[in-house]
Amino acid sequence: MSQVITKDVLPTEPAATTSIAVAKKPLGIRIWKERWLYLFMLPGLLYFIIYKYVPMWGMLMAFKNYQPHLGLWASEWVGFRHFERFFSEPEFGMLLKNTVIIAVLDLVIFFPVTIILALMLNEVRKSVFKRTIQTFVYVPHFLSWVVVVGIFYIIFGTEGGIINAILEKLGIGKIAFLTDSEWFRPMIVLQMVWKDAGWGTVIFLAALAGVDSNLYEAASMDGASRFRQLWHVTLPSIRSVIVILLILRLGNFLDLGFEQIFLMVNALNREVGEVFDTYVYRVGMQQGQFSYSAAVGLFKSAVAFVLVLGANWLAKKFGEEGVY
Amino acid sequence: MIESKSLGSKIFDIFNHTFLLLVGLIALLPFVYIVITSFSATSDLIPTKFTTEAYEYIFSADTFTRSLLVSVFVTLLGTFVQLALSCLMAYSLSHTHLPGRSFFLLMVLITMLFSGGMIPTYFVVQQTGLLNSLWALIIPNAISAFYLIILKNFFQSIPGELKESAKIDGAHELTVLFRIVLPLSLPALAAFGLFYAVGIWNQYFNAILYISDPALYPVQVILRQLIILSSGAIGDSSSIETIPYHGQSIQMAVIVVATLPIIILYPFLQKHFAKGVLLGSVKG
Repeated sequence: MSQVITKDVLPTEPAATTSIAVAKKPLGIRIWKERWLYLFMLPGLLYFIIYKYVPMWGMLMAFKNYQPHLGLWASEWVGFRHFERFFSEPEFGMLLKNTVIIAVLDLVIFFPVTIILALMLNEVRKSVFKRTIQTFVYVPHFLSWVVVVGIFYIIFGTEGGIINAILEKLGIGKIAFLTDSEWFRPMIVLQMVWKDAGWGTVIFLAALAGVDSNLYEAASMDGASRFRQLWHVTLPSIRSVIVILLILRLGNFLDLGFEQIFLMVNALNREVGEVFDTYVYRVGMQQGQFSYSAAVGLFKSAVAFVLVLGANWLAKKFGEEGVY
Repeated sequence: MIESKSLGSKIFDIFNHTFLLLVGLIALLPFVYIVITSFSATSDLIPTKFTTEAYEYIFSADTFTRSLLVSVFVTLLGTFVQLALSCLMAYSLSHTHLPGRSFFLLMVLITMLFSGGMIPTYFVVQQTGLLNSLWALIIPNAISAFYLIILKNFFQSIPGELKESAKIDGAHELTVLFRIVLPLSLPALAAFGLFYAVGIWNQYFNAILYISDPALYPVQVILRQLIILSSGAIGDSSSIETIPYHGQSIQMAVIVVATLPIIILYPFLQKHFAKGVLLGSVKG
């Protein structure tokens, strides 16, 4: 009770006096005064420096001929030789093509599916039904990629897989979904949709919940049908969310599902499945070409960086707030 | 919204409900199918005989039981470490008057935009002596910059008067953090703790990258070997020969056990995740 009274009597005074006093003191004293806060921050700061900033420094190896026993400094400088080699390799075109195709499929299939699913969920008036369906479709998001790909291997496998068993009974015959390179991309997209489409609706549903219900009332008074309301009220209301999420996805163009693709790629579908990150792992970690693969990684990081900044710039152009 | 529904509207509702029910089933059925057939004695499409043989088999194998223990241990320890580091740093950064604050925040933000990549990070992990240690599954991704920023915003939203009055009463910074800020942030802590836990439990690539001693493999790596590397497709690793082909019900049992903790946590996740995601959409 006494707390409430003092708060009412002295609304902002303590905070105001301390902030003036703090501003007048010299920097050294202000830092010393907060020594505990810096101490709290220290472990986290060390983490960011050691595991995030030192590797950025370590990217120098892309311009060297890094040999682990010599260390980073003693290794010989080679300038852009690794980059030149990468751009002239036939793999470069293949990686670029595979990455772009998978990213485009993500944009034109996965993204619209999440919007449509969110719109359909939004049309449900019975909240128990809606919540039950939401509970169901969010589950796959929390499964690991190993489990998701494992489930697909079991269900779509040629030996004992239920889908192939059904196809055989129907007289169509078996299809090698997992090894045939023709089926690689459809499988990737199907897994993405199954795992994350439900989860992707969360942000749209939040935006849809914020649509003013007066708008619907006014529209139905004017005789607008459900579809017209959807088209003229709902969609325009969430247009800005759609635009900004689309742009953000463009920004992450190169980072699509590395773990998933790593699990799905094998010797038979490498031609269509290999992307930048899986290539870095194969050439760097498995073949030991550290500097060359670091150069490939640096190229990818740089392009991704430009894409994110470009996407953010684009978002601001569209009148959105931007993310960074 | 009281309205007399038109016929078209009713038809739309029926179609919509049916479709959504179908979507919900598609989301669940594959996993339900895996659970049911893992208990089936025959390999027929429709299971007829109940058996727990597959489970007895996998738990009799040292490799699997050990990997399960590794995963449980790493998840418990890792969640605690990651949450503690995030809270301490977020709490410091939530003080807007802290000298150098904007510099540290920029430092965190840059890591969201640009990273050193797999190969240089591998060498740092090696140099810091984490290779072939369970810490390699915890430390190299200890703090999510994204969660850190959201947590910082959350701490910032706690009324400053509460902290100020405690300090005027002579409370230490530690007391303010543990007696005032953290108790008020329990829902956020639960949400991020769960997200960190799911992340650690589900990770496998760090284990493949940093751990070569099979005794330290977490369950996801064993799962990958059992299913993906041992089935018809030729995997990326050279370890195919060392793992014999296992019966399907065994693979299914492994999937079920490896997913069980997530299923158990799911009700709690669901309670908190909407909050977490919505917090995340608030720009700070």
